[in-house]
Amino acid sequence: MSMWTLAIALVCALTVWAVLVRYLMAQPWLASGDPGYTVDIAAVDEPAKKVGLYMFLAMVSSLFALFITAYVMRMDPTHAGDWFSIPKPGVLWINTLLLIYSSISMQQAKNVSETNNPQNLKRALLIGGVFAFLFLGGQLFAWEQLHDTVYFQLSNPALGFFYLLTGIHALHLLGGLYVWARVTTKVWKNAKPDSVSLSIELCTTYWHYLLLVWLVLFGLLLLT
Amino acid sequence: MAFVAIADRDHEQDLHDPQTFITKYIWSQDHKVIAIQYGVIAISVGLLALILSVMMRLQLAFPETFAFITPNEYIQFVTMHGMIMVIYLLTALFLGGFGNYLIPLMCGARDMVFPYMNMLSVWAYLLSVIILLASFFVPGGPTGAGWTLYPPQTILPGTPGHELGIFLMLLSLAVFIVAFTMGGLNYVTTVLQARCRGMTLMRMPLSVWGIFTATILGLLAFPALLVSAIMMLFDLILGTSFFMPAVLSMGETLNYQGGSPILFQHLFWFFGHPEVYIVALPAFGIVSDLLSVHARKNIFGYRMMVWAIVGIGALSFVVWAHHMYVSGMNPYFGFFFATTTLIIAIPTAIKVYNWVLTLWQANIRMTVPMLFSIGFIFTFTHGGLTGLFLGNVTVDLPLSDTYFVIGHFHMVMGVSPVLVLFGALYHWMPKITGKMFNETLGKIHFWLTFLCTYAIYLPMHYLGIMGLPRRYYAYGNAEFIPASAQSMNVGITMAAIILAIVQLIFIYNVIWTLRKGKPAGSNPWEATTLEWLTPDTPPKHGNWGPKLPEVHRWAYDYSVPGVELDYIPQTEPHHGHDSVDGESEDAADEASDHS
Repeated sequence: MSMWTLAIALVCALTVWAVLVRYLMAQPWLASGDPGYTVDIAAVDEPAKKVGLYMFLAMVSSLFALFITAYVMRMDPTHAGDWFSIPKPGVLWINTLLLIYSSISMQQAKNVSETNNPQNLKRALLIGGVFAFLFLGGQLFAWEQLHDTVYFQLSNPALGFFYLLTGIHALHLLGGLYVWARVTTKVWKNAKPDSVSLSIELCTTYWHYLLLVWLVLFGLLLLT
Repeated sequence: MAFVAIADRDHEQDLHDPQTFITKYIWSQDHKVIAIQYGVIAISVGLLALILSVMMRLQLAFPETFAFITPNEYIQFVTMHGMIMVIYLLTALFLGGFGNYLIPLMCGARDMVFPYMNMLSVWAYLLSVIILLASFFVPGGPTGAGWTLYPPQTILPGTPGHELGIFLMLLSLAVFIVAFTMGGLNYVTTVLQARCRGMTLMRMPLSVWGIFTATILGLLAFPALLVSAIMMLFDLILGTSFFMPAVLSMGETLNYQGGSPILFQHLFWFFGHPEVYIVALPAFGIVSDLLSVHARKNIFGYRMMVWAIVGIGALSFVVWAHHMYVSGMNPYFGFFFATTTLIIAIPTAIKVYNWVLTLWQANIRMTVPMLFSIGFIFTFTHGGLTGLFLGNVTVDLPLSDTYFVIGHFHMVMGVSPVLVLFGALYHWMPKITGKMFNETLGKIHFWLTFLCTYAIYLPMHYLGIMGLPRRYYAYGNAEFIPASAQSMNVGITMAAIILAIVQLIFIYNVIWTLRKGKPAGSNPWEATTLEWLTPDTPPKHGNWGPKLPEVHRWAYDYSVPGVELDYIPQTEPHHGHDSVDGESEDAADEASDHS
């Protein structure tokens, strides 16, 4: 049943515990307890935006994990037996390649942003964004393709989930593209590399993350 | 690597002093203003939910008396009362209100790390409240599905508000979750990143620990509500069958088939149970601080308290199905969830013992916040103990959906957090407004509130054991319900009306404080934590003036032997003989010399 959810919850709990345990052993009521207590290790020495993004990704992971759990639970044949697997539009393979290339290009943008090479940075950023848009266009095309077949029956949960999962993933990518558009505009206006390098790095992280999510979702869709 | 507090890094946090009235009080990015905005919206909408509950009580005590309360409206009141209280009042006020106000001040930061997103958060929250309230004015009215929104009845024609009402409810929840996310990312990141020099995690006051952990729970649990809301919107608008089974409604076969209502219940309660702790953990944290300050004693077992908060937070994700015993499940699952539910009683009991032991032989000052805190220990213990009944499958089955459940959860997650909220509002009001409230009015408010809550919820347990079902508009002449049950209902209603009126005393007290309250000074309670050490009261934009505070000790150095004052502020460096643990003083001093 919901053993997946259970496992995820346990992993989350253990991770939090593992991170916290070295802090949690401190004895703050003493003038000085253990060395870890007097030394100023108050915070992680990372930019706040980076930590914020990781927190956000944890939340989004929870969201997709729950969608996937719901997917698996709804598939359960002993329940209703009304799940009919639908053929997946072939264009999804092309879309996957587009997203992979988009991610690679964003990684290049990140690498370039550390050197001072505005032309290469612009090119890499632009390609990253354009391929992400192409991916979204491809997903829309897949939606259209499926809509025109006999398999388009809303009462089939497999179809509902196909639109739901691809839609939610696309929405997250759109959110990323909003940030990408802001960064790219800045780069185009020849902003200093220092002022954009963090944003580009975080964008890249987000891109890789969404690629990973897409690969998981695509795998799930193909298998079922 | 040398640690540099975020607040010290100019590029991380540029503080633009607000110039105009609008940037100062309306589109403000200052965490304190945002906190007050959250507070005002939450309390206003909470008052509405209070009025709804009075209407429900009037109907129950005097059925067939009020023409303006129809069965449909009654169940709509039930639904909206529950939803508003749990999500839009308690979650918003604890995290959006107190989280915003206390985290930067208690951690020694100038503001939240993402002030702009923080501002968006409160405005998105207001939007969600407006969408929610709009459902009162659409055809069909708000949804009457109960706050749990179980399908299939939620979107079937027999339920009031099955078209627009439920649509607006789900939309409002989605917007609320977006608002919470923007706020929540701020709270967590600020705690992790923006603490001042010397404020290690284990020197943080328990209030911050409670809010911090609750926010993490929220960030992981609210997605479950979002998932169920989105999937239900699909069922409602597009006609998919995620949750909707094949149903015959009013003689017609609907287009749904094979959906799983149980799936919704799993998703809903995977959010719903952590939600209990999203509300309870901040209350646990805050009440620990109130007890310690007003008992002039360090909190008993600080480290254990932190572990308990984190442990309860983790466990809260593996108990959700105890809300679903009557939905039917594999007996082994029932056994598993009953066991985890009972295990969660261990850290919770540790906390209760520690609160009581903090009071043991303390120099208790019977201030208004202290009264509310002690009141909380009573109601929380009471609600917690009835939880043991409901956590066991066999005992839960006959009690399920009766007034016993109503009594239990109101005691444990209604009254208890609200008592802490009042305690906290009284405790920090001198800092927020800069003025002292009227102590006598505060005490009257406490006693009437406390006694009325017992008069309301204690009898409900008896009604529940008698078998009185919840969510019924009227009970008619059912044989198993004696006439005395009706008299009891009248009594409960009387207490509820008094309780509602008594809350006006609180509102009057707030207005009185703002207009006539005497200046409170910067540290009226003689507390140790950073928020009482600001150069200005109320604190100005940027909180600390030119220099950030530096922390040298934990938050609970009260009544330290050999020290003249009975409290030592967290910013006070150690002088040798002022540590609580007398024996290890010398060793400690030596250790600090070496480091």
